[in-house]
Amino acid sequence: MSPISLSPSALKEGRLYEYLIRFALGGAATVFTGFVSSRAGASIGGLFLALPAIFCASATLIEKHEIRRKRKAGLDGRRRGEEAAALESAGAVLGAFGMVAFAITFSLTVEDSVPLAFIAASLVWAVVSIAGWCVRRKMRTVRRLRDVKNLLPLGPAGSKKNASG
Amino acid sequence: MTEYVVRFLVGGIVVSAFSMLGDMLRPKSFAGLFGAAPSVALATLGIALYTHGASYAARQTWAMTAGAVALAVYGGVVCHLLMRARFRVASATLVAVVAWLVVAFSLLVVAGGLT
Repeated sequence: MSPISLSPSALKEGRLYEYLIRFALGGAATVFTGFVSSRAGASIGGLFLALPAIFCASATLIEKHEIRRKRKAGLDGRRRGEEAAALESAGAVLGAFGMVAFAITFSLTVEDSVPLAFIAASLVWAVVSIAGWCVRRKMRTVRRLRDVKNLLPLGPAGSKKNASG
Repeated sequence: MTEYVVRFLVGGIVVSAFSMLGDMLRPKSFAGLFGAAPSVALATLGIALYTHGASYAARQTWAMTAGAVALAVYGGVVCHLLMRARFRVASATLVAVVAWLVVAFSLLVVAGGLT
């Protein structure tokens, strides 16, 4: 079970054009949301605040990085890239629950205080997402341990068998 | 026009900041949390508050709840397409947008947000 870590050197794996694409996509998604809101109203515009446009770009870049890394080691890396993107999307599911909490908190507090709404909603997003991730990780660990226990011949009968065999 | 330029710059900066943070974090599933960070929302809501006021922003975030539930479904569909159906990443992330649209608009209709 790998611990949470921050590795600034990971940024060196990215290329300048990749960062520019993300910047452009982020800008375009924000412009698009504003455009939809002005044409179709706040409700439909609000839906697009959770548009997965950025995720599409991020997942594709993650795949590219994994493939590049594996190819340096003489491996194909395609499957590894797909698995890394799948892991990222599993994390995004938990982040999306955090986003639900963000939206509810913001909509309930913004009419009382704007700074409070931003601070409270961001904190709630972080707490819900990280708590969800920790719970999921714990559940996976427990499930794995149970699977290992089921595979191994444990208990007095199993140990006697092993000792005599 | 100026508003759209500001939107583009603010959106680009906020989204890039969250993406770079996600790049630096390990393990990958934890970094994925930042793939669903409310980066576009933070950029858009600031501008919406400035131009339309608090009640408009409140209505937007209420509808955003439906979009975020759809995003959770989207993430699950992408994961399924990659691990079980063996799709390529670009295809999986694009095909799953259909699921996002269906779920998001269905929830909005059910909640009466289109009326």
